[in-house]
Amino acid sequence: MTDPAAGLIKQHLIDPEICIRCNTCEATCPLGAITHDSRNYVVDAAKCNLCMDCVPPCPTGSIDNWRTMPRAEAYSVEAQLGWDELPAEWSAEALAAASGAAGVETSEPEAPAAIAVESTVHEFNSAQFNATLPPWSAAHAYINLYGPRCAQHSISATVVGNVRVTEVGTDYDTHHVVLDFGSLPLPVLEGQSIGILPPGVDADGRPHHARQYSIASPRNGERPGYNNVSLTIKRVLEDYQGRPVRGVASNYMCDLEVGDRVEVIGPFGASFLMPNHPRSHIVMICTGTGSAPMRAMTEWRRRLRASGKFEGGKLMLFFGARSQQELPYFGPLTKLPKDFIDINFAFSRTPGQPKRHVQDVMRERAADLAVLLADSNAYFYVCGLKAMEEGVVLALRDIATQAGMDWERLGATLKQEGRLHLETY
Amino acid sequence: MSSIDYSQKIPNNVDLSADRTLQRALEQWQPNYLSWWKDMGPDGSLDYDVYLRTATSVDPQGWAHFDYVKMPDYRWGIFLNPAEQDRKIHFGDHKGEAAWQDVPGEYRANLRRIIVTQGDTEPASVEQQRHLGLTCPSQYDLRNLFQVNVEEGRHLWAMVYLLHKYFGRDGREEAEDLLERRSGEADNPRILQAFNEPTPDWLSFFMFTYFTDRDGKFQLCALAESSFDPLARTSKFMLTEEAHHMFVGESGISRIIQRTCQVMNELKTDDPARLRAAGVVDLPTLQRYLNFHFSVTIDLFGADESSNAAIFYSSGLKGRFEEGKRSDDHQLKGLTYTVLKADNGRLIEKDVPMLNALNEVLRDDYIKDSVAGVERWNKVIEKAGIPFRLKTPHKAFHRNIGSQATLKVSPEGKVLSEAEWAARVDEWLPSASDRAYVQSLMGRVVEPGKFANWIAPPMIGINRQPVDFEYVRFN
Repeated sequence: MTDPAAGLIKQHLIDPEICIRCNTCEATCPLGAITHDSRNYVVDAAKCNLCMDCVPPCPTGSIDNWRTMPRAEAYSVEAQLGWDELPAEWSAEALAAASGAAGVETSEPEAPAAIAVESTVHEFNSAQFNATLPPWSAAHAYINLYGPRCAQHSISATVVGNVRVTEVGTDYDTHHVVLDFGSLPLPVLEGQSIGILPPGVDADGRPHHARQYSIASPRNGERPGYNNVSLTIKRVLEDYQGRPVRGVASNYMCDLEVGDRVEVIGPFGASFLMPNHPRSHIVMICTGTGSAPMRAMTEWRRRLRASGKFEGGKLMLFFGARSQQELPYFGPLTKLPKDFIDINFAFSRTPGQPKRHVQDVMRERAADLAVLLADSNAYFYVCGLKAMEEGVVLALRDIATQAGMDWERLGATLKQEGRLHLETY
Repeated sequence: MSSIDYSQKIPNNVDLSADRTLQRALEQWQPNYLSWWKDMGPDGSLDYDVYLRTATSVDPQGWAHFDYVKMPDYRWGIFLNPAEQDRKIHFGDHKGEAAWQDVPGEYRANLRRIIVTQGDTEPASVEQQRHLGLTCPSQYDLRNLFQVNVEEGRHLWAMVYLLHKYFGRDGREEAEDLLERRSGEADNPRILQAFNEPTPDWLSFFMFTYFTDRDGKFQLCALAESSFDPLARTSKFMLTEEAHHMFVGESGISRIIQRTCQVMNELKTDDPARLRAAGVVDLPTLQRYLNFHFSVTIDLFGADESSNAAIFYSSGLKGRFEEGKRSDDHQLKGLTYTVLKADNGRLIEKDVPMLNALNEVLRDDYIKDSVAGVERWNKVIEKAGIPFRLKTPHKAFHRNIGSQATLKVSPEGKVLSEAEWAARVDEWLPSASDRAYVQSLMGRVVEPGKFANWIAPPMIGINRQPVDFEYVRFN
């Protein structure tokens, strides 16, 4: 290709008018002779050995351009970067007398400035989408076996375990309390709750109200095959406004010791129940002790999976807390296989990190959630602080809308088919 | 099903004939894929002989083999770029370690999700484009459409190969699901919204291939950096094919502009009504289509702040565009990036941790690349001596993902009330009448060398064939 006698070379050039900057030539070139800037793709004549490897992959044909040039006058990389079009071929006469080519400055498009105005606010009532029916495949739930209007007002349980499940040293401690009912019947399902009757009387001399706690263990017991349940209880030291309050029941429960006796009523709840049909998916969204029913469902699915008899669907968990240290069951959760449960944490007070709430993380997982929203085998459970409920349902609405679904219709379906359950406090 | 002659039927460089597990998985999947193609592939095209480019190997000589092929007989191969010996992870927390040849357990779910999301877009665009063959503006364009379609199909194979080979039963199930979802179908849609939008006409198709396939380029570039070596190598090879798709879009729009400018000069008018009467696409309509496709596509990059993006980067699953060419520490801890945020009805600039802003970094790289191509379109207008410029709209215009989705913003970046937006939206996005007009131009032209009135012929043919070459033989 080179004519040493005349000092001429055949220079490989790329037509900037046709080139679409797809990068195949640069990716293919074995010598690194092709480079680019924000404007053009160009060939370095000093490196190119005319191997032609770059030619077949080029979809445009722009790569296939050649000019016979005096070696000393070969177009430089800089000059080519400034081109809008290929220069004309040199005539035989002109080849004899060399002259240069000048560059053109590049320009960057400017971004328009932004001006602000008010945005509009919409009314949204998340509770209207809350299902009152359980999933069609839920197991039958027993309710109100023990209580003030029942034949037996309460059932006595023995504390067989009380362990702290958040890290020591944080403001709050959350306890995992296991209660055993001996030989008395208390059939429960994941998602149900029981009531605890704290001993003693209040300031007016009346017995304390029962306090309801979600069951954190699966239907066949915290310990499989035993007549026991577990609860997730956070010690309450201040009220929602931040004023110091000592929660009667939560402090009573957190301070229990193994062997102590507790009066229990219930069980309660006939709709916040898990689907049982194979390949049903469960999306769990919770904060703090709202994780109790989620732990129950997850553990039941884990046991089913281990049995090998159940074809598991997807489990997706969105779990919010102020920090990792305040998140109950953090350690055990992170040990679950990733192909069993898709866990997404949101921490709102991690130093140096932006605040993230469950709904933020849900929006990031919109692609996956949209698929599940559209799937009649997917069920959504929300449990935890009241404050998160609206944000979560709004996020579901937006995800559905962005995926092209009609939320009005979908929201009604979720409620009607027992696919969305809200339990917030 | 009958056994497959693997080297012939599925050209590959992954030693398919020696991998019985993979063979079994593909034997299950392949008939379903073919039946998907028959149902959802280009309408009425099963018998055409199309002048297609088929890859038979990954070396420069082998991957662009041109011949007439019936599309269902196209050899959807499995190709990975050649392995780089002792490749090292070059970004994230594992920087410096050996690239993974298998899926690390802890990243299994995320990797699978990345691959499924990428894989889902490929059949989706075939579904979106299946009716276009009936209204093609020329044989040349029809051939390009089919080339794009078969390569999207091959890209699906590329992702399915990864799912089958590396993700066991979950992977096989996900691969099946890729053939179950349908673009735009209410109860089983494609994962990403842009791939559920209809592609009703050729203007939309060219815009789609310019903007949305360019998103594919950037996503694939980011995946080509992955520490999971098979994904990186697969993505690299896909990029060579993706280039053709962008070419179809860029040159298609360029040819529409060229034809419009020609008629503008002939009639000496810029009046859209007169230009429409003359049967070409007026430039303001083109701008509205551009606005729509640009905004829908930049949504594909995801939320402007994303911990997933940070996790994907730090764990080495997905790098940045041209990661290897960047000169920072490739870990990005402690660095910040400026993102646009909606704040009480205003747009503000906010510095956020770079790791969390990687979607935005990729989006900005993409925008820069898109803008460069729009400038090339402007050169066509400039050359015709017409004082009109196409512009990409503001980043916050017509967004449905990310914090800007809560605001209504004009193409210039002005935040608007709902009422202002509603009053002016037809100036900025294609209206029903725009779409109806463009639709009215769509008539089938298939005589070799002939082109519909609204589009100019290309500068050069495919594989240096003449423009009037018989690119498609209708049997």
